[in-house]
Amino acid sequence: MLRDITIGQYFPGNSIIHRLDPRFKIVITVLYIIMLFAGGTYIALALGAVYTVIAIALSRIKPKMFVKSIKPIMPFLIITAVINLLLISSGEVLWQWKFLKITSGGINISVFMIIRIVLLIAGTSLLTYTTSPITLTDAIERLLSPLKKLKFPVHELAMMMSIALRFIPTLIEETDKIMSAQKARGAEIDTGSFITRAKNLVSILVPLFISSFRRADELATAMECRCYNGGAGRTRLRQLKSSARDYVALFVTIAFLAAAIILSKIFA
Amino acid sequence: MPILETQELTYVYSPGTPFEKTAVDNVNISIEKGEIIGVMGHTGSGKSTLIQHFNGLLRPTSGKVLLNGVDIWEDKTKIRDVRFQVGLVFQYPEYQLFEETVFKDIAFGPKNMGLSDEEIKRRVYDTAHDIGLSEELMERSPFDLSGGQKRRAAIAGVMAMEPEVLILDEPTAGLDPAGRDKILSHIKAYHQRTGNTTLIVSHSMEDIASFADRILVMSDSKLFCFDETVKVFSRSEEISQIGLDVPQITRVFDKLKKQGMDFGKEVYTVEYARNLLLKRLAEREAR
Amino acid sequence: MSNIIEINDLHFRYEPTGEEEAPPEVLKGIDLSIKEGEFVAVLGHNGSGKSTLAKHLNAILLPTKGSVIVDGIDTADEGKLFELRQRAGMVFQNPDNQIVSSIVEEDVAFALENLGVPYEEMRRRVDESLKAVKMYKYRLHSPAQLSGGQKQRVAIAGIIAMQPKCIILDEPTAMLDPSGRKEVMATIKRMNREQGITVVLITHYMDEAAQSDRVVVMDSGKIVMDDKPEKVFSQVDLMKKLRLDVPQVTELAWELKKAGYDISPEIISEDECVEAIIRLMSED
Repeated sequence: MLRDITIGQYFPGNSIIHRLDPRFKIVITVLYIIMLFAGGTYIALALGAVYTVIAIALSRIKPKMFVKSIKPIMPFLIITAVINLLLISSGEVLWQWKFLKITSGGINISVFMIIRIVLLIAGTSLLTYTTSPITLTDAIERLLSPLKKLKFPVHELAMMMSIALRFIPTLIEETDKIMSAQKARGAEIDTGSFITRAKNLVSILVPLFISSFRRADELATAMECRCYNGGAGRTRLRQLKSSARDYVALFVTIAFLAAAIILSKIFA
Repeated sequence: MPILETQELTYVYSPGTPFEKTAVDNVNISIEKGEIIGVMGHTGSGKSTLIQHFNGLLRPTSGKVLLNGVDIWEDKTKIRDVRFQVGLVFQYPEYQLFEETVFKDIAFGPKNMGLSDEEIKRRVYDTAHDIGLSEELMERSPFDLSGGQKRRAAIAGVMAMEPEVLILDEPTAGLDPAGRDKILSHIKAYHQRTGNTTLIVSHSMEDIASFADRILVMSDSKLFCFDETVKVFSRSEEISQIGLDVPQITRVFDKLKKQGMDFGKEVYTVEYARNLLLKRLAEREAR
Repeated sequence: MSNIIEINDLHFRYEPTGEEEAPPEVLKGIDLSIKEGEFVAVLGHNGSGKSTLAKHLNAILLPTKGSVIVDGIDTADEGKLFELRQRAGMVFQNPDNQIVSSIVEEDVAFALENLGVPYEEMRRRVDESLKAVKMYKYRLHSPAQLSGGQKQRVAIAGIIAMQPKCIILDEPTAMLDPSGRKEVMATIKRMNREQGITVVLITHYMDEAAQSDRVVVMDSGKIVMDDKPEKVFSQVDLMKKLRLDVPQVTELAWELKKAGYDISPEIISEDECVEAIIRLMSED
């Protein structure tokens, strides 16, 4: 149940995509998103699709996993599509019932939007699938490090983020355990009326919070014992080095982005 | 009729994913009413997964769990009642305490059963007595108790449902020797009062050696053996090979046997070893 | 050999919260010195003050009265806090709550990163520490994939990467299964033997204490016994009065001695016991 959450999941590997510098991967992902939104035509989307398919193939991650990543947002997709379908009226009217009508323009925009969102999810999933959350945090910390001069707490935020990442699996496991334990005492969590369920939630949340506080306290002591003193003067074990392939990937992406914008302008 | 029985019980985690793992593999056991069973197995042997089937927290991938001869999954809507009949105390149960008072926390299970206030009160006080919590603790916050008391309050919370079968997953984990002995003796007291079937999961044979009627050993998702305590101890070498702790005294007698001094008995408590040695020494002197 | 830890008349009580009267003293006058390279086990039932004592050894707690000197540094000297914590590292009971990073090798590097150790040296020390606890091949794993014993070994590696003179372990095996306990004990003993690191092991497992050079027994905030393990455990009556166990072999020898047989009560290992029984049975 709780274990099935796949968003943000990382699949270790050694493909060329896995090995790209995470800082470059973040920048490239931003460019990719711009490509999907700046183009605004089917040609731009087609380019985006080609780009995504190539990247997925290079990552050697099973395409099935990308299908899985889209599943949780299906309801959202369908609802938006339906709303667009019914609210946009342009072009030929294909179907009408009382005040509801479906037009060719509505279909066009709905389909366009679905493709765009699917590509968006698939592309950003590729980033999280091929980059461990901790590497990602690290890369964000370094990309944002110029902000340190403006007294923006970059290190603290990154540390919080990485501790959160470290403890998410631990706390999920713990929640599972507490739930089982309370179910063993007859608490209705998956069944029963909404009110009983809400009441029984207390029997899970209280122990979970208490345990989190205890963990936080112990972790803080353990960190102090290992001489933690904030970000000042820290060195890092993880060294990020960019290489030729990172620049190649960046330029290929820029080329796709440029092509998407230019072709969209020409065929618009 | 056995009170609890499994038939070809198999459980597979995350089937159809790369993480697929058979955690319980074709286990057939049957437990009689009133028995005390020791359940052993190292971490990952499948013992925790197995016991979560007994009260319907997990549903078998294939095979059956029978309670009093009835398949517990026959009527899915009745699964909650199964949890009242088979009480399960998890490892480190003190981490599930949540109520304002010890009384309310122990009463949580009985209340979920829909019992009358009077009956709830009787059960809470009876179990508190069994587990050695004094009455003045009942109105305190469970979070003000000592570590050992918290553990006992949490165990009482399951005992108060008066389940026909009580399962305790490592009830003594992390306690000091005094705390460990205390919990075990209170569990014995509860068993004596109620006569209910009791299963105790432990890594340590020392804990359960002295009072388990039978011992069930899991290894590598399979039932390694399920037999009378003495017979299980006669396989102590195999038991330590699968990563379990054999009492020190048993290891001493195994070594003696290897050196040609066979006492012809399975030794697993100091008291037994002492009596055995004293008897042999006296016999020798008489000669 | 010089003393690495010197504790003089240590008293400790927690600060009173609010208007309440001062809480009772947890430590009531501890005098203890530990030599460099020693392996000392501290025993005592819950609430005897053994964990409180441990927390004084690297300034998590400071004495209410008296002093604690570790490798020449007074723990109350705030200016030398980091120096102190580098020399006296601490491993805690719950393996999950002391691992900071999601990658094993980065967790081992955590202290070195904090201390600003340059990359090349950090890399070398992290690798050496991981090899010393036999976790090198797991260096890129996530802690969530490790067993309890493995996590504790990673925690130990994180401490020895600081190259401390002394490691304090506060019930490091309490939450582990038998095989995890064995792994961790083997690691601790190896650190002590091969690297000469002083070890202070707080435990309630008698078989672990039996493997040390010296056992300190605490009861209600005081040291009540301090001797070689065989001497401490041979006092079975006193140990039981203190709500502690003794190894089963010691108890057996003691019982036989009580019954009038000529057997040393100072037996703490299986082999000693086997030998003694054989001797006893073949005596004329």
